[in-house]
Amino acid sequence: MTTREPGQARSDRSPWNWLLVLPIALPLMTFLFNADEPRLFGFPLFYWLQIAFILVGVGCTTIVYRMTK
Amino acid sequence: MNANVTELVVFALLFLTVSVMGFVAAKWRRPENIESLHEWGLGGRNFGSWITWFLVGGDLYTAYTFVAVPALVFGAGALGFYALPYTVVVYPLVFLVLARMWSVSHVHGFVTPADFVRARFGSPTLALIIAITGLVATMPYIALQLVGIEAVLKTMGVTGHLPIIIAFAILAAYTYQSGLRAPALIAFVKDTLIYIVILAAVIYIPAKLGGWGSIFDAAKAKFDATPAPGDGITLNANNQLQYVTLAFGSALALFLYPHSLTGVLASKNRGVIKRNMAALPAYSFLLGLIALLGFMAIAAGTKGVVGANGKVDNNTIIPALFDQMFPDWFAGVAYAAIGIGALVPAAIMSIAAANLFTRNIYREYLRKDATDAQEAKVSKLVSLVVKVGAVLCILLLDPQFSIDLQLIGGVIILQTLPSVGLGLYTRWFHKGGLIAGWVAGMSAGVWMLYMVPNPATGKAHFGGSAFGLSNLGLDTKMTIYAGFLALAVNLIVAVLGTLLFRALKVADGEDATSRGDYFADEGDPTVKDLDLAASH
Repeated sequence: MTTREPGQARSDRSPWNWLLVLPIALPLMTFLFNADEPRLFGFPLFYWLQIAFILVGVGCTTIVYRMTK
Repeated sequence: MNANVTELVVFALLFLTVSVMGFVAAKWRRPENIESLHEWGLGGRNFGSWITWFLVGGDLYTAYTFVAVPALVFGAGALGFYALPYTVVVYPLVFLVLARMWSVSHVHGFVTPADFVRARFGSPTLALIIAITGLVATMPYIALQLVGIEAVLKTMGVTGHLPIIIAFAILAAYTYQSGLRAPALIAFVKDTLIYIVILAAVIYIPAKLGGWGSIFDAAKAKFDATPAPGDGITLNANNQLQYVTLAFGSALALFLYPHSLTGVLASKNRGVIKRNMAALPAYSFLLGLIALLGFMAIAAGTKGVVGANGKVDNNTIIPALFDQMFPDWFAGVAYAAIGIGALVPAAIMSIAAANLFTRNIYREYLRKDATDAQEAKVSKLVSLVVKVGAVLCILLLDPQFSIDLQLIGGVIILQTLPSVGLGLYTRWFHKGGLIAGWVAGMSAGVWMLYMVPNPATGKAHFGGSAFGLSNLGLDTKMTIYAGFLALAVNLIVAVLGTLLFRALKVADGEDATSRGDYFADEGDPTVKDLDLAASH
């Protein structure tokens, strides 16, 4: 998948891969979201922020995929 | 009674439709010859992005998940929501790993994770251990899919085991005939139904219950009133570590399950896998909403169906909520979504288990020169045996036994991570070190699970996966996911064992893979192609 010069070995290394750390780390930091307030559409912070992390995950994996294609 | 008839008719019609699809699937994308594991067991290894999205989504988010996760949220609150961070973390975590696994499997024709370990570490023993771990972890998972079907049948007032036996007999027949093509085709129906039902549920039910705010308030009021210290709509000081390690440990374990890998290996190139890592979180969104059905059930005052043992069966909470809230015909659709939701993973799991037996036990130990057609034959038969076993598990044993086993399954499948997961990155580990690590991790994991009581059900052992750190002599009420700690033990022993075996100059296995294999893509020659070229 990685664009490759002739004679150069393929690899999946790329600085962009570090972006994948973000959606892995964020949902595991409970101090960020372990609270009731502020609520959004009636959802406590605990629920809406964790659901929002899905978007971070989608965004990061999409960027890494496109930049390393 | 009439309400149940409407529900049953809708349920039966949808169930029959997918059964027909299961048989027709044998003709879908038909190869010249289906008699090989690459065709029967992996659908021709040629699925594109859309099919893979439905197939893997239908495989990972099982019927049991749909009833058990909201039931956990109903009972314990925030802790049950771990399923969401778990499924957010997993995709970026395996993004690069699965692409490597696909490439090396593509080049060497691997069908199971144990195939990879066999070639990478040159050790039939280690491969056998990985295969048996996979089988033991998968079997109770198949049985649990029956628990999902049983939960909806119970809510419709259908009791007795005959309907489940019929459902599984049909499933067994079309899986035998069509292989992985059957669940791949049915997954389209399953996932579409699930999306419709859940989106309807999260719009319709809160509107009837006075909005999301009052749903969460009702849940908070319930948890505040109970004496149990671990529940609530947010986490407390003692279960945060459990929440994080459970989410992370489950994410590490997910793609070690043989059936998860089956869906991945069936895709046609690396790009399909990477695109799916970005697209599969759509199901995580769905799972988050499904989890919140547990709070809706609290706000609606839903009562589960009382089981044969006189206790309320918590797994019927969500079907009961649908029964209470939806018009009968739509409740029938919802039940069908759960019922069909059980068939897709059950089919894939039985195929994965059958492939493990065929490749890593039958061909390794019983018939070394097995042809492709013989392998396919054995796998098809074993897939039947596996399903009969799952039905017997539910009929003859307490279903609780399967639930306990599945809990253990998650912990033990994690013990294959050093060989399967890290093995994709490094060949540093000595095969002896990996075996020693596995033994240590398994022992530690099972011991820790044994030490977990569940006061709510009065069980002294195997009461959950939250291991109290006080068992290790620490003065705290904090708990941690047993699998996570067991994996740490495994890794430490594997490292020490590797150093020891190296120092003693114990012979290590040959590595049959080379660096370039891990980045190969569609269009590159594979061993299979090379074999064909040589025989001409």
